[in-house]
Amino acid sequence: MDLINVEALTFQNRTKSMWSKSKVTFDLGPVSFNVKSGETLAIVGNNSSGKSLLAKLLVGLETPKSGKIFMNGVELNKSNISVRCHDIRMIFQNSNDSLNPGLTLGSILEEPLRLNTKLNGQQRRSLIEQTLRQVGLMAEHQFFYRHMLSDGQRQRIALARALILNPKVIVADEPFAALDPSVRSQAVNLLMKLQRDLGLGFIFISHNLGIVRHISDKVIIMKDGKVVESGKTDAIFNWPKNEYTKKLVDSHQALINGQNNQR
Amino acid sequence: MQQSSLYQEEHHPSPLQYTWMEFKNNHIAVAGLFCFAFFLIITVFCPLLAPFDPNMQQTGDLMIPPAWDPNGGISHVFGTDALGRDLLSRIIYGCRMTFGISLLLVIVAMLLGVGLGALAGMSRGFRSSFLNHTLDSIQAIPTLLIAIIIIAILGPGLVNSMWAIALALIPQFMHQTRDFVRHELSKEYIMAAKLDGASKTHIFAHSILPNMGEMLVVQATLALSISILDISALGFLKLGAQAPSSELGAMLLEGIDVAYIAPWTIALPGGALFMMIISINLVGDGLRSALRNRLLH
Repeated sequence: MDLINVEALTFQNRTKSMWSKSKVTFDLGPVSFNVKSGETLAIVGNNSSGKSLLAKLLVGLETPKSGKIFMNGVELNKSNISVRCHDIRMIFQNSNDSLNPGLTLGSILEEPLRLNTKLNGQQRRSLIEQTLRQVGLMAEHQFFYRHMLSDGQRQRIALARALILNPKVIVADEPFAALDPSVRSQAVNLLMKLQRDLGLGFIFISHNLGIVRHISDKVIIMKDGKVVESGKTDAIFNWPKNEYTKKLVDSHQALINGQNNQR
Repeated sequence: MQQSSLYQEEHHPSPLQYTWMEFKNNHIAVAGLFCFAFFLIITVFCPLLAPFDPNMQQTGDLMIPPAWDPNGGISHVFGTDALGRDLLSRIIYGCRMTFGISLLLVIVAMLLGVGLGALAGMSRGFRSSFLNHTLDSIQAIPTLLIAIIIIAILGPGLVNSMWAIALALIPQFMHQTRDFVRHELSKEYIMAAKLDGASKTHIFAHSILPNMGEMLVVQATLALSISILDISALGFLKLGAQAPSSELGAMLLEGIDVAYIAPWTIALPGGALFMMIISINLVGDGLRSALRNRLLH
């Protein structure tokens, strides 16, 4: 049974003009994939290949031109937007910008609970404390403000915000890009542990092929809004078929070999 | 009493505390704040502080100089005016009128301006741009001029001048609010709130408003000094508060007739006005730089 199933999703970005005909500036798709629970899908591609746009389409920030998204066999559209808010959660690329500077972390985490659940104040507070511990922070952190935390802690808060509604799928737009290597590996391990414990479907976008190879089960390679190649991670890294994929994998291999030779 | 702290606790101030810490370092601004508090106390407790009724005419004591003058007496510390009214009491009541009314007007203008500005900022298309461009063009005219135009229609009087000044102050709040909301809406944390399923009103009330407090305080101090100047200017021009009332601008106008014989009847109300405006501007300026420094950290 597929947790999330995407069928031929497309999107067109047009220039808006009153006088001339609108022109298509960006064409995405068609993109199709499915993710089972506990599975990780990585979306890889160069800049402006439509990766972030795909993430926005999945969480519902943009409306697709055509195509369907199924969640446990139920189609997601405008009528069941609350289901989407609840079941698909997004982690933004820059965790610093995605936290409100004027609110304590507790009230940032309380907002999704207040809007999407019927819990009372006491239950909300205990759930917030529980989630903060789950991501490796302390209950006292709910009284902190954004500027008091380090980058790694902010990333954990962003993760807590995604996890607090007990979602089925997490979409992450380059969640590890802004972190330094040691904090990054901490965050990756934390995510993998939580995914194993909770059985989440995890869709993430990354430049870092090392992490992709480490954690993902499936990979989609994108270029200029089109899917170039998709399949199991092992297959793609060992026997890339497409020219572009070959180039990506080769450059990654060269980087690793270079590091090994230096030692 | 425990003197040393046992635990090495890091102190993490909230954004508001941080602003106060920055503000405290600016001593001139703190002096301005004390001056501001002094006027606030006078405004609230003026019936207890004033020694005489401000409109009581003592026909035997016309134009007595202030206490520091060789001819002055201690019973009238600031002297009396041409009609024998105690100047200290009149200035105290004048502070209440000018300062208190201005404070009231700024609060009213702020509530209306922020409401309309939020409406303009959160909506798109024709409604937003109509509100925006209309009020932008009104903002190009000085508030005093708008107030005079409104008074020309409504007729002179204190209540009419209050209406006029409140209406003239609204566009500034609206413009600032709209700009701020527009700026914040493009940020990622608003997107995150949208993904939580928040409606537009919820986004404004819970995500944008907590960040807007400081902008509002700075704008309110600016508006307060403008409103004090306008109220007293209209009083001076005989368009606002009328003659027997102890409004500071109207007192200046009365003093003009006897300026050469009794200069204190102009100097003292003028000085009070001067202190009021300078303290407000010092506080506003201190707040602005405190906020700027806070953002740099």
